[in-house]
Amino acid sequence: MTELQRPNRPETVYFFGTCVVDLFYPMAGLAGMELLKRQGIRVVFPPDQSCCGQPARNSGYLDEARAVALKQIETFPNDWPIVVPSGSCAGMMKTHYPDLFEGRPEHAAAKAFGARVFELTDFLVNVLDVKLEDKGQPVRVTWHGSCHSMREMGVIDQPKQLLRQLANVTLIENPREKECCGFGGTFAVRQPEISTAMVTDKVAALEETGAAEVISGDCGCLMNINGAMEKAAKPMTGRHIAEFLLERCK
Amino acid sequence: MSGDFTKRAPIALNDPTLRRNFRRAMDGLMLKRAAQFTDTQAWAELRERGTAAKARVIARLPELLELLEAKCTENGIQVHWAESVAEANAIVLDLLKAANVKKVIKGKSMVSEEMELNHHLEANGITAVESDLGEYIIQLAHEAPSHIVMPCIHKNKAEIAQLFAENIEGLAYTEDVDELTAAARKALRGEFASADAGISGVNFAVAETGTLVLVENEGNGRLSTTLPPLHIAVMGIEKLAETLDDIPPLLALLPRSATGQPITTYVNMITSPRKTGEKDGPQAVHLVLLDSGRSRVYDDLELRDTLRCIRCGACMNHCPVYTRVGGHSYKFVYPGPIGKILTPQLEGLDCAGDQPHASTLCNACVEVCPVKIPIANLLVRLRTEAVRPTTSLGVKGAGSQRSWRETMGWRGWAFMYAHPVVYAVATRLMARLGNLIPANAPMLREWTKIRTKPKFAGKTLHELAREKGYDHE
Amino acid sequence: MSDLSNAARSRIMARLKAAPTSVPPELPAWSPPAYLPDERLARFTALMEALHSEVYEVTAADWPERLRTILSNRGINRVMYAPATQAGRQLADTWTNDAPTLVAYDRPVEELKDTLVSGVDAAVTTTLGGIAETGTLVLWPTPDEPRLMSLLPPIHVALVEADSVVDNLAGLIAQAGWAKAMPTNAVLISGPSKTADIEQTLAYGVHGPKELIVLVIKRV
Repeated sequence: MTELQRPNRPETVYFFGTCVVDLFYPMAGLAGMELLKRQGIRVVFPPDQSCCGQPARNSGYLDEARAVALKQIETFPNDWPIVVPSGSCAGMMKTHYPDLFEGRPEHAAAKAFGARVFELTDFLVNVLDVKLEDKGQPVRVTWHGSCHSMREMGVIDQPKQLLRQLANVTLIENPREKECCGFGGTFAVRQPEISTAMVTDKVAALEETGAAEVISGDCGCLMNINGAMEKAAKPMTGRHIAEFLLERCK
Repeated sequence: MSGDFTKRAPIALNDPTLRRNFRRAMDGLMLKRAAQFTDTQAWAELRERGTAAKARVIARLPELLELLEAKCTENGIQVHWAESVAEANAIVLDLLKAANVKKVIKGKSMVSEEMELNHHLEANGITAVESDLGEYIIQLAHEAPSHIVMPCIHKNKAEIAQLFAENIEGLAYTEDVDELTAAARKALRGEFASADAGISGVNFAVAETGTLVLVENEGNGRLSTTLPPLHIAVMGIEKLAETLDDIPPLLALLPRSATGQPITTYVNMITSPRKTGEKDGPQAVHLVLLDSGRSRVYDDLELRDTLRCIRCGACMNHCPVYTRVGGHSYKFVYPGPIGKILTPQLEGLDCAGDQPHASTLCNACVEVCPVKIPIANLLVRLRTEAVRPTTSLGVKGAGSQRSWRETMGWRGWAFMYAHPVVYAVATRLMARLGNLIPANAPMLREWTKIRTKPKFAGKTLHELAREKGYDHE
Repeated sequence: MSDLSNAARSRIMARLKAAPTSVPPELPAWSPPAYLPDERLARFTALMEALHSEVYEVTAADWPERLRTILSNRGINRVMYAPATQAGRQLADTWTNDAPTLVAYDRPVEELKDTLVSGVDAAVTTTLGGIAETGTLVLWPTPDEPRLMSLLPPIHVALVEADSVVDNLAGLIAQAGWAKAMPTNAVLISGPSKTADIEQTLAYGVHGPKELIVLVIKRV
């Protein structure tokens, strides 16, 4: 885990929405930007952004990953922090962009880009030091941390700190929090049986917490977990933390 | 997709007993390991030290192998080199035949599993008896180890009780672990006493002193290397330590990572055969150094990190995939995350090409690896090698997974995601029409077996951001 | 070395030497745990006990007597000892007739195999010292006190001089200069033989001693 370089409170930040959020969870992205804006930060969403390139990189297609990565690097030219509502995409940009361009002329740019990348909840807690006021009804929730947010971005307690700030929200810890939900991008397609076993166990563990809702910071996991919960007609649902926080504070 | 893993995994997934056995065992092992490394600062320092020790071994491998050979020879340990498992088997067989050996007693050794040594010896009329309790159990069951540290972890007490009742003369069915253990002791005592040779693995061979370090809890390793008149140790050419000073940090990492023990019951350091005047110990000690593809792994500066492995098994204990499919799904000797990077390199991407993809890249293994092998990155590297070879000597079977359709698919993908106009048009269309894709479409068929379809939102975040005025500086 | 082995050696070494080279990293500083002098022995004892061993405090003068009591209470009949060591001589000199029979390890294993494998109930050895960090005995078997004594009999009794307990293995190896002259066999022992191969359930004495009795000799 690389030690994050903390900027002072910036006036402006970039927002990188991610491709999954773009198509499937745009409200989570919008909520993320709104949370930042409410802190008096100017948020810029460059319209030329698309995807961090992780799907191609994880599949071994590095040239394709580099092409997409380079486009993102170009799209965020100013020296502002880049806030990402996904630990997984943030991890790709922060840790794997420099690797992808190792020994290439773009390496310095990739490294500088990576150093500006922040996962959303980490940015809210450690850079903006947000104080949230809960205006919602009492609710019990549990947290699902994504593998990459925990292990590549070092985002473990930050989202929970935010949830704990909410007076009417009871956070119930999931003892199997550190275990992967079985999404893994193309893994879910290449190894469907194992992915099925993993998400089934994950849903069971989340259910066991007795929480009404599962909150997460990664929409890839949510798509997997929500899809499985819905198919099995479980009463529980999952939501991105940005949407949840925004709703509680409105 | 080449390889058997994808076909074998569902068999294990659909075996509830196996799933329970593994889950229970892995949960316990994870807790035990975690209890050993509560001081994160101390763990970080120790890990850096152990990693550097092994990284130095790899960086200096050729000269250290020569030093090890010289020191061992000086100490009276005879060193042999084998390029392949066939050569290693031939060397061992020659040594046994020359000493007129009828029966060997074996300590636990994954390299001997790699060699399929027992099979080879039996075929040549030599009885090989496994003496590690776990190995003994699976030998009785005619199975292969399912874990590199705990070979019979896939079996529960009742299964072992049944096996013992059927195979150990005079033993009634019992699930009492003490009774089962005592029965094994009794059965194996005689084997130790009558064996003409002992065969063991090596955890660390110290180049500086020519010392073979073996760790174990049972004492069978010490017995195999002390009681019979001949001892043959087999090891991969990477399992070295530079100096004796490297042993304490490596010992502080290995058992704690493996089983959550601060130290194993025995740490057995062998530096020579029996010397004049000594009353026990083997008269002759041989060390067989096995390459079997390792020097090929060594040819790549990134992939050679694989060779740092000290075989603690922590990666598999923490692997959500291994926990569910067990060790036998991998078919080859080394299962779990380390297997997923080692097997394709030793056996070839053409016959184990699906293994690097049997991972969500969750990094649980990377987090616990005591010698910081970047397993997830190496998995990606091997995925790359499978479709687009990058090195001159190359990973065995590199490029074997190339497919025209997949390549075109990713090229198309990159074109779309690197061209904002194309991306904008495509995503706006998908956002509006995507939900019309039927649940049984090829890409969704497996997904929707137990999940609902991903729901396209109607409008993309790009559109919403524009509406809210976020899209301009 | 055979021709086969020689040929393999040159091919393997050629490949390794042809591979790209990298600079070996520096070894970072690492300090194994250290303890205050009065903590050290207490930790050693506590860990040894936690590892299923029995620890008794004895003196240089009374240990044979204490041992006799411990073994007699267990109904032990035959105890193996090393007659040529100083401890062995002390044991034999003070041993009384009603005590368990002393069996000497005074011949090569080939002439003593049955006795070792199944003919004694316990064996007494000295040690080179102990390690506080892990609760470990350090043994360097010698011609007079061979390797199998601490391994084959069901009970191993180990004598440890209290003053010989050190903080950690790293310090011992460095201070005693092990690297300069390693013995035929050096062994670290932390508790009796054990296994958890059957459903992670601990069971003792699977191959080596089922019991480990440690007599810590304190200076009076």
